[in-house]
Amino acid sequence: MKKVALYGMYVTLAFVFSYIEHVIMPVNGIPGIKLGLANVVVVTALYIHGVRTGMFVNIVRIILAGLLFGNLFGIIYSMAGGMTSFIVMVIMKKTDRFSIKGVSVTGGVMHNIAQIAVAAVMLKTKAVFSYLPVLIIAGTIMGVLVGVISSFVVPAVKKYENI
Amino acid sequence: MGNSFEKFRKNDVYLIVILIVIGIAGLILMQAVKKQGGTVVVKVDGKVYKELKLSENQTVEIVNDKGNKNILEIKDGKVDMTYADCNNQVCVNHKKIMYNGETIICMPNDVIVEIHSDDDSNVDAVAR
Repeated sequence: MKKVALYGMYVTLAFVFSYIEHVIMPVNGIPGIKLGLANVVVVTALYIHGVRTGMFVNIVRIILAGLLFGNLFGIIYSMAGGMTSFIVMVIMKKTDRFSIKGVSVTGGVMHNIAQIAVAAVMLKTKAVFSYLPVLIIAGTIMGVLVGVISSFVVPAVKKYENI
Repeated sequence: MGNSFEKFRKNDVYLIVILIVIGIAGLILMQAVKKQGGTVVVKVDGKVYKELKLSENQTVEIVNDKGNKNILEIKDGKVDMTYADCNNQVCVNHKKIMYNGETIICMPNDVIVEIHSDDDSNVDAVAR
């Protein structure tokens, strides 16, 4: 029962962040640039509760947000980005060579690279790769932001973990 | 473990610097191979829909199989998506494009506008 409540809270939070991003999203016409705020929740869940919870929150959020704010097309993109970035973050965390910031930076960048790759396949054009440099830089900056926020959130939430 | 949350580790800093350098190098590289494009290729559902000359001012209506509409304007050697009936308007907000290898994409309507140079060998170099 406790687990249900916990999962529900994480999913809700991630979902709210997705909504906020949906509202404030369009940034000077470069497609795909997002803050990745929902990733704070995913990273937090990963660090406190482990891979399974993080994965669960990630998948449920993507499907919910996709159905409400996007379309089936959007879900495919989000899923590719979200899953790739999550798996790479898990691997990075396992190596234990990076702090939560390094892990979330990798997540941010991989998210963007995966989405470009999916776009290239679905739209059958290589031209989308011309966005790659901008998206790598954006992913890095947003990843640092998410990592710094998470580094405050994780110890704060950890205090309540045993309730 | 507790310590790792407070500050950046050395590896984090290396990672961030390397990524930023790769990004900037990519931008510079793209700038270097940038050429004024010659042909505007419009693709719908992955197939070539129309090829237009960048030098001719014109306004073109693009309608896909599902009846969704985009309007493309070419003016003074610049290409701009001025209208789309999609819900996110990313393509309409996209800056005007004029260089070889640049694109405007309307994801919901599956419309891609690419600029190719007249000899066309440069596109792959940009896109690789």
